[in-house]
Amino acid sequence: MNLAVKDIRHNLGRFALTSFGIGMLLMMVMGMVGIYRGMIEDATLLIDNVGADIWVVQNNTRGPFAEVSRVPKNLLDRVAVIPGVRNAREFVYHMIQREHHGKPLRMGVVGLSWPLDKGEWLPLIAGRSLSQAHYEMVVDQKLGVQLGEKLRLGKETFLVVGITKGMISSGGDGLAFFTVDDAQLIQFDTPGEAVRLERASRLERGARADIGHTQPPLLERALGPSSSIPAFGPPMLSAVIATLGPSVDPLVVTSVISGWSDVSVYTVEEQRQLMLKGTVEMARKQIGLFTAFLTFISAIIIALILYTLTLEKVHDIALLKLIGAPNRVILSMILQQALFLAMTGYGVAYLLGRKIFPNFPRRVILLDSDLFSLALIVIGISIASSILGIYKAVRVNPNEALSG
Amino acid sequence: MTNKEIAVQTQELTKIYGKGNTEVIAMRDVSLSVRRGEVVALLGPSGSGKSTLLTAVGLINPPTSGKVTINGTLVLDGPDALLNLTTFRRNHIGFVFQKSNLIPFLSARENVQVALELNGLSGRKARKKTMELLEYLGMSDRANNFPAMLSGGQQQRVAVARALANRPSLILADEPTAALDSVRGRQVMELFSKVAHEQNGAVIVVTHDHRALDVFDLIYEMEDGMIRLRSSQDIEFGKQGAKQLD
Repeated sequence: MNLAVKDIRHNLGRFALTSFGIGMLLMMVMGMVGIYRGMIEDATLLIDNVGADIWVVQNNTRGPFAEVSRVPKNLLDRVAVIPGVRNAREFVYHMIQREHHGKPLRMGVVGLSWPLDKGEWLPLIAGRSLSQAHYEMVVDQKLGVQLGEKLRLGKETFLVVGITKGMISSGGDGLAFFTVDDAQLIQFDTPGEAVRLERASRLERGARADIGHTQPPLLERALGPSSSIPAFGPPMLSAVIATLGPSVDPLVVTSVISGWSDVSVYTVEEQRQLMLKGTVEMARKQIGLFTAFLTFISAIIIALILYTLTLEKVHDIALLKLIGAPNRVILSMILQQALFLAMTGYGVAYLLGRKIFPNFPRRVILLDSDLFSLALIVIGISIASSILGIYKAVRVNPNEALSG
Repeated sequence: MTNKEIAVQTQELTKIYGKGNTEVIAMRDVSLSVRRGEVVALLGPSGSGKSTLLTAVGLINPPTSGKVTINGTLVLDGPDALLNLTTFRRNHIGFVFQKSNLIPFLSARENVQVALELNGLSGRKARKKTMELLEYLGMSDRANNFPAMLSGGQQQRVAVARALANRPSLILADEPTAALDSVRGRQVMELFSKVAHEQNGAVIVVTHDHRALDVFDLIYEMEDGMIRLRSSQDIEFGKQGAKQLD
């Protein structure tokens, strides 16, 4: 006869409620671990998915995700000709915040190197990738923008042609994908009045300079768009990313680029580590500590619950001892109940978490390895927690059964 | 009379609680012999040492000095256990208490069956024997009821069945009728008598209930930790008193 099961069946409501309570507690622990994983996943999502083997960024910066990086467009050609590089692409990344139906719309703008990269690698759940050089965008579903919707960004209007799932910035905002030129249009958009003032300023400066007097057509150029003035370079990129040929050692390519004094170069793994150790590190530590505290608190609460359940059974335990039950029978009963409570709680946490976590504003990722580790920890906690109850049970004197 | 016929024998049992100024002598040189088939009452006011004697004989609360022999085996020599008390208790002693001493999360059948299973009897055999015992005590129709669904008298019957489960040579009962009315109290006392005589076990009952003293073969009284056997006249008086009450 399994006394633990008999007790649980007889007090099913109370055990169910206790399991539910423990489940909620464990769901919090599970959620914290999931948020931690989600944060890492979000931080490294683009780095892992964009298909680059090396990242070339502004000298002494940590890349486009950690800080502002500006590199000239002609860097693309310099990288592309390095032996071992299969292709080099432009990359633009910046954050913007606009309004959408009266609500703030914060997005990470990613510029893809048209026509080499049309975003075929994006995890689309609706629509398609980019099919023209301008005025199309692919957005993540988190932004809440509908397929076919037109968004005005800067002076241009962009058509949403595709919806992705799970493409999130390290800050938890949804990403939007454009061609590099469009991303730069959005990034360097200047109001009309500012453009006019800038042109007037150029004209005034030119008129004061000798060159303005000796070469009057130059003054006419000063009134035109910046792109038509050779002295003004094209807008800067955030980075140049390169894909290497098969079996090419990234270190060979990076050693060449690291000799250039105007840029820094990172392999994918270095870029990942920069991201994790830089931007995410503090949040990671904070969540890690919070998770540890929560686990510790859970252990204390589970221990107290088990101790209280044991205290309630002191008379029954004394009675069992009196009729000759050896300690192992009593201990087995307490331990089984502890494990039952903990594992039921774990199941509740898992099922509830699966339902609730997708609605969290930040991504919560439950990895199988984390779930397995947590299950082991929960078993460990329940065994450790039951020690208090077992200690009490061992000390119960059969005499207590006689006290009525 | 051989030693084997004696179910339990105590020799000069003394129990002292505390030390120095706080020392209390709960039991003083108590010697007692109960044979198989005998039903013995233990009377006395509160604090007279009845429960101390019962727990010493029940191997729950060893004496400070003195010896306890059960079924011919010397079990306690002073506070020292001469063998595994838990196992010995399981095999040789049955307990019945005042009230509510059934395990609440087990049905009547399971309350009895658990005692058998703890003694190594397998599930099916234990279940069969349990049902026989409940049948014997007129409780087979309530076998699947939980204690909370049974009356006080029915609970005591189940407790008696559990005490009998492993065919103990000694049954110890502590105020078994305290929570029962006179009719049910008497029924329980008669049950002890029946069990002792039919199953050849010894029964020691601690009681304040003087209404059913006629069912006992011997009546001991305790006062200030000392024991004395009531005279046969007292017993006869008890029996007559009971008859008059009937």
